[in-house]
Amino acid sequence: MSPDLSLELCGIRLEHPILNGSGTFDAIAAHRAFGDAVDERLPFSAYVSKTITPERRAGNPPPRLYETPAGMINSIGLPNKGLEGFLMEDLPDLVRLPVPLCVSVMAPSRPGFAALVERVGQRDEVAAIEVNVSCPNVKSGLIVGEQPGETLALLEVIRPLTDKPLIVKLTPNCSDPAAVARAAAEGGADAVSLINTLRATGLDPTTLDPWLGATSGGLSGPAIRSIALDQVRRVVAQVSIPVIGMGGIETGADALEFLALGASAVAVGTASFRDPAAARRVRSELVSELVSRGLDRLPSPHVPSTST
Amino acid sequence: MTDRVLAPFGRRRCAVVANEATGGYRLISALDEGGPPPRAGQFYMLAGAGWGGTGGRPYLPRAFSVAEAEAGADGVRLDFLCEAVGPGTGVLAALAVGDALHLTGPLGRPFSTPCELAPGAAGAILVGGGIGIAPLAILRRALAERGVPQRVLLGFRDRAHSGGLDLFRCSEVRTASEDGHTGHQGYVTDLLAVLLEGDDADSAAVYACGPAAMLEAVRELCAARDVPAELAMETPMACGFGSCFGCAVPLAGGGYMRLCVDGPVVRAEEIETAMVAGSGH
Ligand SMILES: Cc1cc2nc3c(=O)[nH]c(=O)nc-3n(C[C@H](O)[C@H](O)[C@H](O)COP(=O)(O)OP(=O)(O)OC[C@H]3O[C@@H](n4cnc5c(N)ncnc54)[C@H](O)[C@@H]3O)c2cc1C
Ligand SMILES: Cc1cc2nc3c(=O)[nH]c(=O)nc-3n(C[C@H](O)[C@H](O)[C@H](O)COP(=O)(O)O)c2cc1C
Ligand code: FES
Repeated sequence: MSPDLSLELCGIRLEHPILNGSGTFDAIAAHRAFGDAVDERLPFSAYVSKTITPERRAGNPPPRLYETPAGMINSIGLPNKGLEGFLMEDLPDLVRLPVPLCVSVMAPSRPGFAALVERVGQRDEVAAIEVNVSCPNVKSGLIVGEQPGETLALLEVIRPLTDKPLIVKLTPNCSDPAAVARAAAEGGADAVSLINTLRATGLDPTTLDPWLGATSGGLSGPAIRSIALDQVRRVVAQVSIPVIGMGGIETGADALEFLALGASAVAVGTASFRDPAAARRVRSELVSELVSRGLDRLPSPHVPSTST
Repeated sequence: MTDRVLAPFGRRRCAVVANEATGGYRLISALDEGGPPPRAGQFYMLAGAGWGGTGGRPYLPRAFSVAEAEAGADGVRLDFLCEAVGPGTGVLAALAVGDALHLTGPLGRPFSTPCELAPGAAGAILVGGGIGIAPLAILRRALAERGVPQRVLLGFRDRAHSGGLDLFRCSEVRTASEDGHTGHQGYVTDLLAVLLEGDDADSAAVYACGPAAMLEAVRELCAARDVPAELAMETPMACGFGSCFGCAVPLAGGGYMRLCVDGPVVRAEEIETAMVAGSGH
């Protein structure tokens, strides 16, 4: 018998534990390239949008990509249509997807976050909101997610504005992500997700100048997996809300490691660039992993941890 | 010609059926049993056996224009022209017959017909530089099948940076080279400038692919003479299907397009410049 991959995350029923990382799978663009097959065979159990901001953003000047050993640095700079553009143009398109929709939001100020959470939260099509306090590309984003006090203060503003689950996406670029996770939980977050990309730079091999148009960016891919695993381990030990783990997941075995550490669900990011349907393979490999271990369901989240 | 052909969702494994030297380039052929024939100007994201090898690069797939495609009983034979410039192209250039080639595609927006570009345009001028001649080979054939008269101008830096001329067999090709080893000594855009002075320039559409500086020169020549032009451009790409936002090209009206889904073929007037930082080598 095939293992049961289903779960309930923040009150949302999911068929399996594999989501997409925000900003790594654009279902609307993918539909232009692959047609209806994307919707019919969407490999994620919930769809997380690219982060939206209050105002439209063009993004950073090119070049925006730099390949590293087993990974890549991006300095994309959160291009998006802004809140109004998203609600009017993208949201109607995204409801087509056969899975719950989670909208990722980020703003340069608390009132900005409040406006996003309030407006997005009013939409029935939206199942959950991910609060991006961690994107390393935008100067203002760093501050909140680096400090427990800032994170708590933000949650105190936005928590009363919606009944929808709030998932706080943590930044790995701070000394104690678990302390920030605790602050998020204290402020009423329903879950935390991690890790976002790690701050990184790449040089032009010829000129030895920084390669990226924005000088530095964020590292993702298998290169960051061990760091992600350790941060997930530390966060799981400190909070009792669900943890969504990500960072370099490419195979079912990788996903199982995050789940075994106590993550409730996982997300596939950069691996989708190598193969748009990578998450589908991750899922079937996860099934094989469970079967080969004689498990008929996912490891139970939040295995009590003794050390941090 | 204009509608993009959709790709099957997900990457698939094909077998390399040939890999031969052509001048300083390699012509790599694979048999695609799972995808539709592409349109001229579309591209594939490729990865091969040995990906992620020494030093952890190449990690991401690499974008390749399809140079020629032929549908047969067993599938579509896809030809790619490859210039080895780094780890990814190096691995691809070294693939042996029977090796696996992982591909996603066909992707992106194909070339238009001349009359789609401008109502009065009846003929085509194809301008290729270096490895950028690849998509012009399949375009030339597609135009020929539609009975569109065409001229082909190809430019190369030197002998080591040239090849693939066999792909243009059965058409009249004029060449230029910076070192004078073939054709006119100088730039291919010199040949274009002469053609655009002639009578048929009024009814021509220009299609160009090559180094950024060449594309920019083509853009300026065509703009000055009001000749419609399409450019097949390159930028670094991580995904090829609009999901990473890494392939930004500045738009004439401000902001950026994603070259992998809004291009790689763009109308000359859509973009602010063909000289996009990071796109050349
Ligand atoms: C739509 C499209 C179609 C294309 N069609 C073709 C084709 O038909 N044939 C063909 O040969 N090529 C084609 N290309 C170009 C091809 O994709 C690149 O040459 C290839 O990606 C280079 O990869 P590489 O690993 O060999 O070299 P890389 O080392 O990745 O790139 C070479 C250059 O990129 C720079 N660079 C960027 N990031 C790094 C980094 N992390 N480390 C070192 N250097 C870096 C360096 O300046 C270097 O000289 C196409 C590109 C696009 C976008
Ligand atoms: C190109 C790119 C764009 C991203 N954009 C966002 C974003 O808009 N919002 C966000 O919260 N995370 C963003 N991320 C981070 C990913 O969601 C994920 O946290 C990170 O890449 C680690 O997972 P991975 O190694 O599987 O990619 C982005 C990552 C990449 C590579
Ligand atoms: S290459 Fe990823 S969006 Fe174009």
